[in-house]
Amino acid sequence: MIDIIDLRKRYGNLEVLKGITNTIHEGEKVAIIGPSGSGKSTFLRCLNCLEDPTSGQIIFEGVNIADMKVDINIHRRHIGMVFQQFNLFNNKTVIDNIMLAPLHIKISELRKKKIKNFFIKLRNVFTPDKKPLYEINTTKAQIKEEVRANAMRLLKRIGLEDKANAFPSTLSGGQKQRIAIIRALAMNPKVMLFDEPTSALDPEMVGEVLDLIKQLADEGMTMVIVTHEMGFAREVATRVLFMDEGMIVEENTPEEIFNNPRNPRTKEFLSKVL
Amino acid sequence: MGNFGKKIEVFWKMFYESNGYTKVLTGLQNTMYIATVGLAIGIVIGTIIAIIAVIPKYKRLPRILDRFCKFYVGLFRGTPVVVQLLVFYYVVFPLMGVKMPSVNVCVLVFGLNSGAYVSEIMRSGIMSVDPGQLEAARAVGLSFGVSMMKVVVPQAVKNILPTLGNEFIALIKETSVVSFVGAADLYVAFNYIGTNSYEFMVPYLVMALIYIVLVMAIALLVRIMERSLRKSDRHN
Ligand SMILES: Nc1ncnc2c1ncn2[C@@H]1O[C@H](COP(=O)(O)OP(=O)(O)OP(=O)(O)O)[C@@H](O)[C@H]1O
Ligand SMILES: [Mg+2]
Repeated sequence: MIDIIDLRKRYGNLEVLKGITNTIHEGEKVAIIGPSGSGKSTFLRCLNCLEDPTSGQIIFEGVNIADMKVDINIHRRHIGMVFQQFNLFNNKTVIDNIMLAPLHIKISELRKKKIKNFFIKLRNVFTPDKKPLYEINTTKAQIKEEVRANAMRLLKRIGLEDKANAFPSTLSGGQKQRIAIIRALAMNPKVMLFDEPTSALDPEMVGEVLDLIKQLADEGMTMVIVTHEMGFAREVATRVLFMDEGMIVEENTPEEIFNNPRNPRTKEFLSKVL
Repeated sequence: MGNFGKKIEVFWKMFYESNGYTKVLTGLQNTMYIATVGLAIGIVIGTIIAIIAVIPKYKRLPRILDRFCKFYVGLFRGTPVVVQLLVFYYVVFPLMGVKMPSVNVCVLVFGLNSGAYVSEIMRSGIMSVDPGQLEAARAVGLSFGVSMMKVVVPQAVKNILPTLGNEFIALIKETSVVSFVGAADLYVAFNYIGTNSYEFMVPYLVMALIYIVLVMAIALLVRIMERSLRKSDRHN
């Protein structure tokens, strides 16, 4: 699903990612662990080009999205991302947070079709061979209704439908993060990236967020999770990557990594955190 | 003092009985029109410049645009607005063959002028928005422009509303020079009353009072706005 080929990232003179090659397969749940500053977040953010790689390729569905010439916005729609700090849009209600991107994208597609049809019609007036128009079988209002219904369905799923019209500032951290997750889901992503989704939460709210992520995992969502929750990584991940100093030092199944780490740096790290 | 009472009488005659007040109303209307529409144009221009200033500069086009904007801002902040008015009215527009009522020239020049100031205000407003907001919008596949317009700029505007209110006050005060290019503002109205009654003391006093009341009323509105905004932020 995602092929990462010799990915490098530097900030000035600091090389943060030193040549990472890996493949995220469909259905996998990959956990990334490692010490602070080892480049986990940078790696994850390169996967949807939130950070532009300095060199290397990110092949997502056959397209190298690290290439500056591709329209990254189209590909990002299929890669959900969840941040440590939730990053709900503060100026929008919960339901508008969820609806913003799907609604904007669907409506601008409709608008584009209408504009194209206008030019085809114009052309058809002057030329004998008539070109067919693009089919338009929805209206703006219908699209809005659909997107809203889907957003409400997702809100119901996490039991927060009564918060639809609330602003993010009135919610708890756990609620914010669960809404951030379904905001990403509203785009029907093929893969989800999580960057320490529970690190900014009060301990009593960690469970509700991990439960939701676990549900998604059980439904077969492909996911890459940077996490400090070793128990969660062990339980949910199908593969664990241990990163240190900008490289993947060791990767294996959770059982092997946690019970039988091979690399001395992995051993040292795990002995500190477990 | 009896002298002053006489002056008020003369003024009142001119103001009320000889319909001087219609001129004052026109002047007030022009002043507010130039300041309001000027600020609106300024906000649009300023927002565009501020967004160009924060676009990542990998490509050439944003770099060129940014340099042009910097030049524009430097030009309009670096010269007195009277000079800008005179130059546009007597040099730029005639050379371009454009004929326009002087009030409209004033609106344009004040728009361009406040655009330069608003761009700085807006830029600091955009900088004050958490970068995570833009990242989250980009991460769901919205373009840079759409993310700015739908997520970042609305939050930036909220942060700078009080400062924009002050810019509006500054504009109202600065419009008092529009008579240089023949636009009829408050000064023109009271000057008319003064000239026709050979008596300037009371007219200019009343003019000053009108400006003071205007500015104080807007300052009050800004303060009320500020307070209600702070209230809505309290949950954070
Ligand atoms: N925008 C940036 N500019 C300069 N250096 C950066 C930038 N972002 C990250 N770095 C540096 O890159 C290195 C890796 O950062 P990164 O955030 O990827 O680490 P991490 O493994 O996610 O750490 P943590 O567990 O603390 O989140 C760090 O040394 C950091 O200081
Ligand atoms: Mg990190």
